[in-house]
Amino acid sequence: MIRFKVNGKEKTFNGDPDMPLLWYLRDVAQLTGTKFGCGMALCGACTVHQNGAAIRSCSTSMKEIGGTEITTIEGIAPMHPVQEAWMEIRVPQCGYCQTGQIMQAIALLKENKNPSDQDIDTAMAGNLCRCGTYQRIRAAIHQAAKQQSAKEMA
Amino acid sequence: MKLIENVSRHVSRRGFLQGALASGVFVLSVRFVPEPLWAAEGDAAAVPFEPSLWMSIASDDTVTIVAHRSEMGCGSRTALPLVVADELDADWSKVKIEQAIGDPKYGDQDTDGSHSVRGSFDLMRRVGATGRVMLISAAAAQWGVSPKDCTTEPHFVVHRASGRKLGYGEVATAAAKLPVPKQEDVPLKARSEWRYIGKESNSLFDLPEIVTGKAIFGMDATMPGMVYASVEHPPVLGQKIKSYDDKAALKVPGVQKTLTIDVFKPPHMFQPLGGVAVIADNTYAAFKGRNSLKVEWDVNSSPHSVYNSAPFRKTLEATSRRPCKVVRNVGDVDAAFAKGGKIIEAEYYTPHLAHASMEPPVAVAEYRDGKVLAWAPTQNPQAVQETIAGVLGIKKEDVTCHVTLLGGGFGRKSKPDQVAEAAVLSKQLGKPVKVVWSREDDIHFDYFHSVASMYMKAAVGSDGKPTAWLQRTVYPPIGSTFNASATYADDEMGLGWNNLPFDIPNHRAENGPADYHVRIGWLRSVANIYHAFAISSFADELAKAANKDSAQYLIDLIGPPRIVALDLKGDEAEDAKKYPLDTARLRRVVEMVAENSGWGKQAMGKGHGMGIAAHRSFLTYVATVVEVEVDGRGQVHIPNVWTAVDAGTVVSPDNIRNQFEGAAVFGTSLALFSEITATNGVIDQSNFHNYQITRMNRAPRHVDVQIVKSEAPPAGVGEPGLPPFAPALYNAVFAATGKRVRELPLSKTKLV
Repeated sequence: MIRFKVNGKEKTFNGDPDMPLLWYLRDVAQLTGTKFGCGMALCGACTVHQNGAAIRSCSTSMKEIGGTEITTIEGIAPMHPVQEAWMEIRVPQCGYCQTGQIMQAIALLKENKNPSDQDIDTAMAGNLCRCGTYQRIRAAIHQAAKQQSAKEMA
Repeated sequence: MKLIENVSRHVSRRGFLQGALASGVFVLSVRFVPEPLWAAEGDAAAVPFEPSLWMSIASDDTVTIVAHRSEMGCGSRTALPLVVADELDADWSKVKIEQAIGDPKYGDQDTDGSHSVRGSFDLMRRVGATGRVMLISAAAAQWGVSPKDCTTEPHFVVHRASGRKLGYGEVATAAAKLPVPKQEDVPLKARSEWRYIGKESNSLFDLPEIVTGKAIFGMDATMPGMVYASVEHPPVLGQKIKSYDDKAALKVPGVQKTLTIDVFKPPHMFQPLGGVAVIADNTYAAFKGRNSLKVEWDVNSSPHSVYNSAPFRKTLEATSRRPCKVVRNVGDVDAAFAKGGKIIEAEYYTPHLAHASMEPPVAVAEYRDGKVLAWAPTQNPQAVQETIAGVLGIKKEDVTCHVTLLGGGFGRKSKPDQVAEAAVLSKQLGKPVKVVWSREDDIHFDYFHSVASMYMKAAVGSDGKPTAWLQRTVYPPIGSTFNASATYADDEMGLGWNNLPFDIPNHRAENGPADYHVRIGWLRSVANIYHAFAISSFADELAKAANKDSAQYLIDLIGPPRIVALDLKGDEAEDAKKYPLDTARLRRVVEMVAENSGWGKQAMGKGHGMGIAAHRSFLTYVATVVEVEVDGRGQVHIPNVWTAVDAGTVVSPDNIRNQFEGAAVFGTSLALFSEITATNGVIDQSNFHNYQITRMNRAPRHVDVQIVKSEAPPAGVGEPGLPPFAPALYNAVFAATGKRVRELPLSKTKLV
């Protein structure tokens, strides 16, 4: 029996301990905001937070999450400054990768409150967007950083 | 075979125009005798006009507008309802969008060819305007005044003299009892009255759901009691199963059973590839079980195991060096070449590409009592109906296809083979089945963008301008997907090959034959990718050979303002009536992008350069300048891209900028990184480590998009940004390094 938390709620899991967290979230817990893109930690569509840090849920097995706290896009109280910035900049095209992008961006801003373009490139290079919204993602992260620091000042 | 007749009409990327009239849901209308209007214009306009198909108004003020095109990221699902709402004078915040199921009554629903807005713009305006007239009439009757004395403001009818108002919801029931007015009695708004069309404030309808993870893509669709399936497909197209061992697979926890799917009968069209399916309680168990399958394939059952990319390239190139089928002829190139003078030749090569949408192919379907219900991320729900009907031998009317949001499409999701797999498996199992393709499935078994070889030859006069220009292109055609003996291109000729816009007295375009060995499909901008690469690279080669500035040389090649005479047939001829090839518009985008990029004004150091290219596709004129910096290791960086776009009338300018920014990134992928190859008929690439697409750190740093203000009819937006990008980048690499590279992707060539 594996015990863990998802979006603040206690959970247990008795199934195949090799099952990637991604498929637990999507097929068992019905939290479909986390997306399947590659299954090899190459695209970032499945990004969630484990104890606040961004991880790839497609390559994290259930046996690796025991005792930890998982946060998915559904657990981000709307609207986080990152989501607000995504709306204002109108980042998405198809939108499929965007929840992974947003989870990665939130984790970045937690560690680095004022990231440079270079910092953003480094943090976001693992998140693919086939529609090609990178320019807007970068702009939205800068904007979210500003909003976040303005809130903290106030 | 009926399936062939029906689905092969997709080759024309249109069709399904014989709309059967069904009763509508439009509360504003009673059923009326349809008028077969606009039959010549294609798309939705070719079905009988029936506003009840498209919108309804409820007494609580909610306006529901039907989106009959799919949303794969280009904004069609938002743009067309915005047009209805504008002419209806609706308050957008009170609009709901209902996604249409597949049904010929909507006309063509294949969301491809960048023609959603251009194909349905006029009809959507008329739908909204008709509703507005009927609401005014109903309110005027209630007030006992003339409709002429009334107007609207968002969601209200207003009596001008008294200032009285009635909400749309309040008069909807009365309006529904009125006859639908004739077209001549339905005035359209003046452009100056548009509230939504062309406005910067427009954003995607689904934006809030997307950023909160609530949006439902195909990957997220479920049906009660469904099981999950993963299919081991034949590694070589058309191979049959010799034997298989599922003992280990069946031991995997969660695996229920295995089933086989028959290999298609040629032509493959959108039929299932065949193979062994693992049925399981969840996606992971299905994948894991499949990894434990042992399948032996009958290697003699397919002719395609001969496919090896390197020798195939040589075959294409050899064909391109011989005279081929003439697809356009102006003057006499042979006579001009015979006169001698300076002759320049070049050959270009571009590989197969995979679409690699972020959402792999997926679908859920249930077969019950001879009928199928499917949910799929499809660009073409009618093709889902046709394909499943053909494969299962049922009527297409008995296939209901709901359309989810698409996690990217780029042409791949016009082909519903995976939806047919789900239906076939459901029929065998007696319960709903969700088929999930892995990324490896997606890349191995795509409908690939074709590999192509181009041969170019020009005779150049003393002024440096060509007196003769010969171009020859050879590739396995899309038609091979619908006709196994097709070797020549068909509609691809209209995609940047039979319509060279240059002012050259002698010109001939040719197309040579090639056999297919993988499924060939259309990928964002299709043949324009390789055609523009050859034409715009060659134009730059001629400019440099003449020691001329590339932008000025391009303007000179385009020549004086004129409508280019083209000998076109079918859809292209129809398009040309409304959208003639106007060199003034092409020239203007070149001048705009040169101005905006500061072309020729900036001194460029070693390893630093700009390149330019212009291309018209999907009736939209685009010019692009790419700036590159090539570092000491030969790695290419793209600090800036400038694009100028004339797409005629536009609905959502910010979305158009997003599309063109994205095209620069998609273009970077195919220009720098992406290549699909085959060895003995098996695709060599499998996932994003060996089929690379652009990551943020290699993407253009800044993409600037300028949109020409135009009142011309709306043209394409989703695709036209792509074709000029790669040649502009390669021309920039030449400017930066002096190296002329003539094949995609650039990663195969050492620049240092």
